[in-house]
Amino acid sequence: MKVGFLINPVAGMGGKVALKGTDGEDILRRALELGAEPAAGARAEEAVKAFAESAGDCLFYSPSGVMGADLLKKYGIRTEPLFEPSAHTTPADTKRAAKMMLERGVALIVFAGGDGTARDVCAVVGESVPVVGIPAGVKIHSAVYAKRPGAAGILVGRFLLGLAKRFASAEVVDIDEEAFRDNVVRARLYGYMKVPDDREFMQDRKIGSGGTAAEEAAELAAYVAGCMEPGTLYLVGSGSTTMRLLERLEVDGTLLGVDAVMDGRLAGRDLTEAEIKKLLAGIERERRALIVTVIGGQGHIFGRGNQQLSPDVIRMIPKENITVIATPAKMAQLFGKSLIVDTGDSSLDEELQGYFPVVTGRARKIMVKIS
Amino acid sequence: MNNLERMKRFHQAKWNEPIIYEISEPGARAVLVPGPCCECTSAEEAVASLPSAMLRKESPKLPEVAQLQLVRHYNHLSQENIGVDGNIDIGQGTCTMKYNPKVNERLAGDAKLSEMHPLQPEGTAQGILELFYRTGELFKEISGLDVFSMQPGGGSHGVLALASIVRAYWRDMGEENKRDEIITTLFSHPADCAVPIVKGYKVTIIQPDAEGYPDIEAFKAAVSDHTAAIFFTNPEDTGIFNVRIKEFTRIAHERGILCCYDQANANGLLGVTRTVEADFDMSFFNLHKTFGAPHGCGGPATGMVAAKKELRPYMPVPLVEHSPEKGYYLDFDLPKSCGKIKSFWGIAPVVVKAYSWIMSLGAEGLREVSRVAVLNNNYCMKKILAIRGASISFPNHRPRVEQARYSWQKLKEDTGFGTADVQRCVADFGTHYWSSHEPWVIPEPFTIEPSESYSKQDLDDYTAVLAEIARMCYEEPEAVRRAPVNSTVHHIDHDYFDDPAKYAITWRAYNKKYKGYFEPR
Repeated sequence: MKVGFLINPVAGMGGKVALKGTDGEDILRRALELGAEPAAGARAEEAVKAFAESAGDCLFYSPSGVMGADLLKKYGIRTEPLFEPSAHTTPADTKRAAKMMLERGVALIVFAGGDGTARDVCAVVGESVPVVGIPAGVKIHSAVYAKRPGAAGILVGRFLLGLAKRFASAEVVDIDEEAFRDNVVRARLYGYMKVPDDREFMQDRKIGSGGTAAEEAAELAAYVAGCMEPGTLYLVGSGSTTMRLLERLEVDGTLLGVDAVMDGRLAGRDLTEAEIKKLLAGIERERRALIVTVIGGQGHIFGRGNQQLSPDVIRMIPKENITVIATPAKMAQLFGKSLIVDTGDSSLDEELQGYFPVVTGRARKIMVKIS
Repeated sequence: MNNLERMKRFHQAKWNEPIIYEISEPGARAVLVPGPCCECTSAEEAVASLPSAMLRKESPKLPEVAQLQLVRHYNHLSQENIGVDGNIDIGQGTCTMKYNPKVNERLAGDAKLSEMHPLQPEGTAQGILELFYRTGELFKEISGLDVFSMQPGGGSHGVLALASIVRAYWRDMGEENKRDEIITTLFSHPADCAVPIVKGYKVTIIQPDAEGYPDIEAFKAAVSDHTAAIFFTNPEDTGIFNVRIKEFTRIAHERGILCCYDQANANGLLGVTRTVEADFDMSFFNLHKTFGAPHGCGGPATGMVAAKKELRPYMPVPLVEHSPEKGYYLDFDLPKSCGKIKSFWGIAPVVVKAYSWIMSLGAEGLREVSRVAVLNNNYCMKKILAIRGASISFPNHRPRVEQARYSWQKLKEDTGFGTADVQRCVADFGTHYWSSHEPWVIPEPFTIEPSESYSKQDLDDYTAVLAEIARMCYEEPEAVRRAPVNSTVHHIDHDYFDDPAKYAITWRAYNKKYKGYFEPR
């Protein structure tokens, strides 16, 4: 088996010196001036320790030196260096490594870093091969990362032993740079990658039901599509669960954008806030509806990945016409947590608080607290 | 002998057993049926008198096997089973595994019962009707409710009966179309959120609060004029008893909503508290499991429905009644009834076993059953929580009633082994550990329910097995990866069974997916 492995050596350096990450050369320089030390290597080592025994004769492709090859060799893992990274590694190094790994036909890509690293890998890889993220960054909003480095290592080990057979789509989320420039720290959905689904989801075989995440999403999409009323304009938010709905309706929507559907036809694609307002203005209030899904491991429904749905837009839609949809698997991941609204308008956030029904499947809702 | 030595080192016999049709030989017979005597009609004559449209074109293809081969075949199959008579079954959490007294099997198998027919005239079936009636009378004491039907063939079927009664009630009230929602809780019996959908209801699920109780604020937000009924299990599958249950029923009743109590977890409540105490209008009880009859496994069980007298008009027909003039009789005169739930009036052998079990224990005995079941559970909990890597859902909530849902999450984080790995190891100790913990929200879950049947020794042995497996996970990971070594079947590829493209649970589905012998279409 061939596996790709890379470390973003500068990930996590900004944390101890109170910077919000190390994306960008200026921040990295400042971090170094403030005395930051590389931490990603040590975090990655915890993971490698956990899977080294399972590596057997697998061949690992990794950039030389601190970007991975040194660490793998230390644990006696068969390693083929890809290239010599620049002295100060940049996102270009990560992307180059990911591209070369794909060319070599790896079955899995393991990377250590933060949200920025995940974004770089995602830009090249998308959902074409499974990945495992070792959390080593300052900001970890992305669901592609295991909870701890050790857990990531165990997951990789299971994959190498052929025990990981199921995969789920996981979000890649990072700070919204445009908002950040306006001094607003807000995360945004950048895409999805495939991760091994570690929960050995054993259904009750007494009833012979089986359900993978994909089937749950398909069932949910079919049900929600069947509940859509004629003459109503539906805004459909970003995310893979809402994407299944658009596919079910056989319209050409977008994964990361906000689309609009009316009477089974696409009424707008990848809309900006201004376009959405214009579209809604032409429809009477009760005929405006919104369907969103839950994003990422933290459970955001607004304020992550759908900034086009601004406070103004949300206010234009009756609260009872807002439907949140999520698969049971997603809700299980969020068990015991509240959903989060972060619209950027605290009084609207206040209004949206309380209990909200989340549609999880055919004729099935679950009451979830919004905070 | 220590705890682990006592556990047998194999799981089941292994026979490479063909199916009965594969050992069929043309002409072989297990029994030779005597021909008709002089005054009887021969079978051929009887068949000839039937209309030709009702006749088969050819004889049924029944297997033809001699008696010895037949006995051997079914003996082999029975040895490949694992069950309560040869095993400590407490790992079948939330399934109330208990000893089924053999004397009750004898009673139910008695010719006086087995040779009866459900279509006999009532006058000739007074005995069994009386037994049904008396069983209902016993449940008046146990539940405080007034009318009973033994018709449903299992627990989920009991939920279906309740949902049918709910629908019949709202139809009568003229609100059938408006009241189209059911509310249940996340850790209620999984049937409570699945079955009402079959009756056309939409289901809303209430999650627990941080303490593990159903969140009453979420419940208040969920009830509306569209709510037809609530379906609550209490204690829930976590073993937590909702002490505020009366508040839930009060909020529901204020809006005219019917309250249905799923009593599948009643084993810790018998003689302690009754359905009416929590202000429920209806409930169902499992006569199998809780009341000593064997599990139905989707077949011959009884999910007896019980209701307040106000709901009698909507009960399934017929009801078993008694009057001085008529004696025991079947009452079909319920024009607003939800109709029939199952053929005839219920599965008589199960009712006989449950009646006999209750009568042999008496009121004090039932209370003792619950006391011991609760004691056993809490003893087990103490032993399990001492095991490295094990924890319990909602940890600040103890004690539990008759079962508890635990988690191997810490074990998983420390060693990479989770509940599925533990399950594979358990087979090596000749015992059993279930893997159905719907909804799958407690990470790496396992559910243990030691009913009253198990001795302290049994509980010590079983928990010692769990402790040994946890030790192996930490100290001998290779051994865990190899497990099970003493079982007849080794690593099962679960994904294969979960692949909807492959499995078929009905003949129709099989024909859609396969042609010939498992040849994909």
